[in-house]
Amino acid sequence: MTRTLQNDSHGPFAGLRVAITGGTSGLGLALVRELLGRGARVAFVARNREGVERVAREHGRAHGIVGDVSRKEDIHPIAMQIVGSLGGLDVLVNNASDLGPTPLALLGDTDCEDFERALTTNVLGPFRLTKALLGALAASARDGRGAVVLNVSSDAAINTYPCWGAYGASKAALRHLSHVWNEELLAEGVSFLSLDPGDMDTPLHALAVPDSDPATLKRPGTAAREFAEAIAAALPARSPGKAPRGAALAEVNTS
Amino acid sequence: MIAANQPTRRTPQAKLLVVDARGRIGHLPRSALADLLKPGDHVIANDAATLPASLHGKHVPTGGRIEVRLAGRRSLAVNDVRHFSVVVFGAGDFRTRTEERPPPPRLAPGDGLALGPLPATVERILGHPRLVSLRFEGTPDAIRAGLARHGRPIQYAHVPVPLALWDVWTPIAGPPVAFEPPSAGFALDWRMIAAMRVRGVSFDTITHAAGLSSTGDGELDRRLPFDEPYRIADSTAAAIRRTQAKGGRIIAIGTTVVRALEHAASRDGFVHGGEGLATQRIDAASRLRVVDALLTGIHEPGTSHYQLLRAFADEKSLRRASAELHAHGYRTHEFGDSALIERKARKGTPRRALRNARDIHADLVDAGARGDVQGLVVGVAELDVGHELGCHYRAEVLAFR
Repeated sequence: MTRTLQNDSHGPFAGLRVAITGGTSGLGLALVRELLGRGARVAFVARNREGVERVAREHGRAHGIVGDVSRKEDIHPIAMQIVGSLGGLDVLVNNASDLGPTPLALLGDTDCEDFERALTTNVLGPFRLTKALLGALAASARDGRGAVVLNVSSDAAINTYPCWGAYGASKAALRHLSHVWNEELLAEGVSFLSLDPGDMDTPLHALAVPDSDPATLKRPGTAAREFAEAIAAALPARSPGKAPRGAALAEVNTS
Repeated sequence: MIAANQPTRRTPQAKLLVVDARGRIGHLPRSALADLLKPGDHVIANDAATLPASLHGKHVPTGGRIEVRLAGRRSLAVNDVRHFSVVVFGAGDFRTRTEERPPPPRLAPGDGLALGPLPATVERILGHPRLVSLRFEGTPDAIRAGLARHGRPIQYAHVPVPLALWDVWTPIAGPPVAFEPPSAGFALDWRMIAAMRVRGVSFDTITHAAGLSSTGDGELDRRLPFDEPYRIADSTAAAIRRTQAKGGRIIAIGTTVVRALEHAASRDGFVHGGEGLATQRIDAASRLRVVDALLTGIHEPGTSHYQLLRAFADEKSLRRASAELHAHGYRTHEFGDSALIERKARKGTPRRALRNARDIHADLVDAGARGDVQGLVVGVAELDVGHELGCHYRAEVLAFR
């Protein structure tokens, strides 16, 4: 990635408080970089301590948090560190994902434990973390700053592909959850986005399709830019005198 | 009364005792709280999330086992997590009643404490051998990570099972700055907040670092509550003034909200936004300037919580309420039932002190210069109230609209 990221102190991201799960590789890392570059204050979460420390070192202003969103016991410690380090929260990106069985397997060959891990990481984890952060998000919305939860979705949440059963079912559940959350929290001013980044050159994609040609895949940085634009569009206009507006749930396939 | 001994925050059968402004008492299911509110009322809760503020470890000079309970901080600033005032206990944990806990080894400035992954140093002794100021080493992120990993919620012997962090967070929990849960907020859920909105009741939050409810030491308990930092958003302060100007009621969810709002209004009777440090005690002698009604947990007479109730209701009403609570088997403590207490009616005095019209005028000029429509509306509404009492500035100021 050769694009130079400029710190933008005036745009919709200036001072915006953003948390990103799965922030040490792939799309999550690209989002950390993109949003920092746009002037946001960023906290990111990942399981691996060395990875978190490395990304935190490389991006001095980002707050690295070690935690596993699939573990119930980790959720409140993660939430506490996110809101503690940022002083509040405007945007949550539930990006951390688990493929289920790797290599990908037919449902008949899928171990229950692998399916369960996909569900806890891709559905229960985002549900728990969103719930734990709802107070902070709703407070931000009441204060006129806006509040957005972006759940990273997938083409496999909608279309049927053999061997993508565990992942696809979990992402379909997450997508449905996004719709219900959005409906229920419209009046609180918290908007939900369910976005499919498309097939990207990421570690997760390499696990799923080991023999794909990276040159044919989307760069994570490109998807991160598109997601940043979608978040900006969902936030209330920041000029004085304009009332915050609620954003409708966007379902964008950017692939 | 019965001590609530299970960490169940939202029991469907939770009860609500109501003491109205004339001292009349009623009983309702707590789920009916929204029905007691009137259109135009403004409900304010404390959105502080509870820190895992109990840290076990050892006193390095003697090797003695200790429990440190974080009890106070100077500000809510994100990076101000190195310095805390703390209450120190000797060996043992929450299963022993705090009154029966052994004292810690004798603490002196400079003593090292090893609290799991968190090294700390005693800085000063704060007028009592068990109350000290402590400095944590490391970056703010490392200190937060250490607390998240090693800390446990502060708890007392009346709840025998170890509490998890989710047990002590209210549904609206945000900034992790409370040392014990702002437990009146356990009565809230998102359905109730939606029900308020449907009734025309607005809901808002402040952040107040709720402190210890008890230390087990008579001398220390008399010093409770310790100073507590709070933050009120400008938008919240404006909404409160707007509600007051229109004659709506301010309903506080929890005693910490009362402490913060009354402190923020101590200068001129009107709530101002920003961060402050609540140092005052609220009791029978306090004149409430902001809060009209309080939703609170059930607390035993003698506690600082109970003292605060005396600012809302006279001794006779509180004694009758206490008898009713006993007779109807209300559950006490943080996971127990609730009471809604309206501030006793005052005879012959204006509802609240009015701000000097000249100050309001100055604010309106500022608001006009900023193009702050909300500020203008609030100021004009304030002057509308003033007009009834003979304020001369209204016509002049209306020109700014």
